[in-house]
Amino acid sequence: MPEVRVVNLTKKFGKITAVENVSLTIHDKEYFSLLGPSGCGKTTLLRLIAGLIQPDSGEIYIGNKLVNDVPPEDRDIGFVFQTFALFPHLTAWDNVTYGPKVKGFDMKEATTIGHEVLEMVKLHERLDAYPNELSGGMMQRVAVARALAAGAQLLLMDEALGQLDAKVRSEIRYEIRRMAKDLKLTGIHVTHDQSEAMAISDRIAVMRKGRIIQIGTPQELYMKPESIFVAHFIGESNFLEGYVQGKNSDGNVLIELREGAKMEALNGAFSKSQNVVLSIRPETLIVEKGLQDGPNVVSGTVERITFEGSSIRYEIRLDNEEMIVAIKSSLSGEWLNVGERTKVFMPVEFTHVFPYPETGLKDELSVA
Amino acid sequence: MTEKLTKTLDKLSSRKAIKYAVYSAAVIIFFALILIPPLAGIFIKWDSIQYILNQPPLVNRALSAIQNSFIIALTVAALDLLAGVPMAWLIARGKSRWLGVIDTLADIPFIIPTTALGYSLLLFWSKPGGVSSLFGSSLISPGWLLVMLLHFTFSFPVVVRVMVGALLDYKMEYERASRTLGAAPFTAVRTVTFPVLKPAMISAYILAFARSISETGATIIVAGVFENGSVFIQNIKNQYSTSDPALYNGAVVFGSFLLIIISIAIFVAIHFLGPKLRLPLRRVRPVAERKLSYKKAEKSRNTIILAVFLALILLPSLFVALSAFQAIPTPTFTNAITAKGIWSGYWQSLLISYALGAVVTVINIVIGLPTAIIIARKKAGKFMSSIFDLLVNIPLVVPSIALGVSLGIFWKANFASLPDFALLVLAHLAITYPYFVRSMSAAVERISPDMEEAARTLGAKPLGVFRTIVFPLTKYSMLSGAIMVFTRSVSETGATLAVTSKLQTAPVLLVNWIKGVVQASPLDIALASGFLVLFSFIILLVLRLVVGREEKVLLPS
Repeated sequence: MPEVRVVNLTKKFGKITAVENVSLTIHDKEYFSLLGPSGCGKTTLLRLIAGLIQPDSGEIYIGNKLVNDVPPEDRDIGFVFQTFALFPHLTAWDNVTYGPKVKGFDMKEATTIGHEVLEMVKLHERLDAYPNELSGGMMQRVAVARALAAGAQLLLMDEALGQLDAKVRSEIRYEIRRMAKDLKLTGIHVTHDQSEAMAISDRIAVMRKGRIIQIGTPQELYMKPESIFVAHFIGESNFLEGYVQGKNSDGNVLIELREGAKMEALNGAFSKSQNVVLSIRPETLIVEKGLQDGPNVVSGTVERITFEGSSIRYEIRLDNEEMIVAIKSSLSGEWLNVGERTKVFMPVEFTHVFPYPETGLKDELSVA
Repeated sequence: MTEKLTKTLDKLSSRKAIKYAVYSAAVIIFFALILIPPLAGIFIKWDSIQYILNQPPLVNRALSAIQNSFIIALTVAALDLLAGVPMAWLIARGKSRWLGVIDTLADIPFIIPTTALGYSLLLFWSKPGGVSSLFGSSLISPGWLLVMLLHFTFSFPVVVRVMVGALLDYKMEYERASRTLGAAPFTAVRTVTFPVLKPAMISAYILAFARSISETGATIIVAGVFENGSVFIQNIKNQYSTSDPALYNGAVVFGSFLLIIISIAIFVAIHFLGPKLRLPLRRVRPVAERKLSYKKAEKSRNTIILAVFLALILLPSLFVALSAFQAIPTPTFTNAITAKGIWSGYWQSLLISYALGAVVTVINIVIGLPTAIIIARKKAGKFMSSIFDLLVNIPLVVPSIALGVSLGIFWKANFASLPDFALLVLAHLAITYPYFVRSMSAAVERISPDMEEAARTLGAKPLGVFRTIVFPLTKYSMLSGAIMVFTRSVSETGATLAVTSKLQTAPVLLVNWIKGVVQASPLDIALASGFLVLFSFIILLVLRLVVGREEKVLLPS
């Protein structure tokens, strides 16, 4: 029922354009994330959908109904705030049953709903406690319960896990997804944490500077980033500068890196001698001392090693002075030492090529 | 040279003994100069009460006057809250460009010395030149109604100031959360915003109550034959101080004692019971409350509140300016600026007022600062600091004339040779002390202790932390606290009348002119009030220029 559709939405704060001409459809019962660095406009977009702020132009539809002029209390939404915004003068129980009460339900009904939602979030103890007496995780549960008790089919979460400890956060995100699915809710989840977005979402919209850069499932965003920014922001990537030499018979691009190393990479549509950026994820690299020279093999020197538990992270200075990061399993294969010479193979199927950004690579990678 | 001195002082400040000495000195000074004298004085002449007790009519007169004081103060504070909250709402939440101007205008009745304000109201409501001329007769004659109006007017800015500050600090997120849960705007405000702001409302109510209960000078001007506690004490002085000193002492001690005790009792009751008071929010009527949320309802509310503000508060407060301007082309003006006749006394009194205000302000800063830090940082332990916080407010809620009576008795009994100016300083110090301490402790509380700790870990000594962190972050509050002290002192009549009859401050002189103790023409009085208003405006203007619009909080909440 609550499909959410925004069309050409724009919101400015003074001179800053927080949301610029955004169009987006979130399907019914979908759990959807708005992901991006701080200041990208994701929270503004969420608040526009909730009706907490008004757009300068564009339309917002909830369940196929134009809601631009509908105040937040009539949009039938549940909103979980970053700071939780639990009412400090009410107990946990009174916070949870606030929605039914202000909607004019009778006490008995409000009580029934209250118990139902508290069952869902598995919070039974400390209902008489005031918000300042609760732990972060509990406040989070109360905030979610309160949003659900209002009877909404659309749950909006504004960085709602941001205030929790890392451990609690990673546990609670699975619970929230499960709950949303059980209750058949449509969820819109704002976060700047890509691993949270990947874990919780059916689909993700990556935002930057007020615009949506790419929408896709977590797999799509990871495997097929359409821009340098997405390749960088979702997971981790190495970026190497070069120019196009031509194409081979498979349709792959042939690239020459700085100092002449030859590469073959996926993607087509580049003209000859165009400046490009080749990206490849650290975990796809093959690092071995004894590799045969050939296409896509470069050599370099190990400069730093970080042991990360299940994996080892090598920072390797290539012979053309560029730095590349490779991540290998710590459980198999030989370990390299600092200062050792090695070879690195970049499998063609994991490479991506992007045109060299107009404003420079550094600016394109900046998450500010 | 100064660098060396700061270094030495910084070093000294990290010694436990020095820190301890500074804080204990602040506590001792508070008890010895501020708290004990105004409370203990009446007990020195306790025996004199018998003279009034065998005169039942006088006892009854005293009791009914005191009753009037409390009825008026309690009612006026409630009315101020009723009018001040919507006004503060308009200032804090409205979007018009004119709000800055309205915000400044709302401070006017606070900044004008109350005696000038009282005369202005008298002219406006009762005298032939004011609105009364529209009706052919005096619209509101001097009496209890005019007293109520007067007290409503000068307490109004206090409520507005506190509530604007609280509204600006309020986390809008609560209200937004309420809206997303299905509450209409009106319901959200009623069930969430107001309950969260309740402490500020209580604080505003207490301050308005305190302003009303303390005022003397202007009340005398507009009271006519009506008596409240303060007017009663002053009338008794005029009636009996020379003819029957024993009876005079008895009546004054009796009246002051009751005023002090009841004020403190009410203050403590509001302080402790107020937070327990629950606003009725159990039932929600979605349909009706939705109607009240409409833009139209908001518009009409804003119109009403602005109309009330302009017609009942601003216009009457500034009405005296009209008469003052009329005096400019007349010989009165020449007399005034050449200090002829009664005017030499006027300028002298103004000089006394401002000198007194300056001295009191400086002393307050010195002795009040450590106290503010003790309260804000709970240096004396959580419990003792909150008790201390409560005690600091007592001089605020005690009627200043009663405080002056008691304090005068105390110092004269113990140090008979104390000059009158010193007595005045002590009395004004006691009255204004809470203003500075409250303002500063609120400001210090707003600074996170983390910042001070960070400075310490970076190598700053305690005094260095104050100099480099606390002071720069609180200097505007310090300034506004100082200006409040100064204005309050310049405005004070009751305590001044109680401790000395030789030295006349400007408001006392103005009361004498208006009451005909000194022969002065209406033009003289209007011009004298006009000057007071003008100088107050200059102070307000300077305040606004220096402090700017960001730092709106004139009064601590």
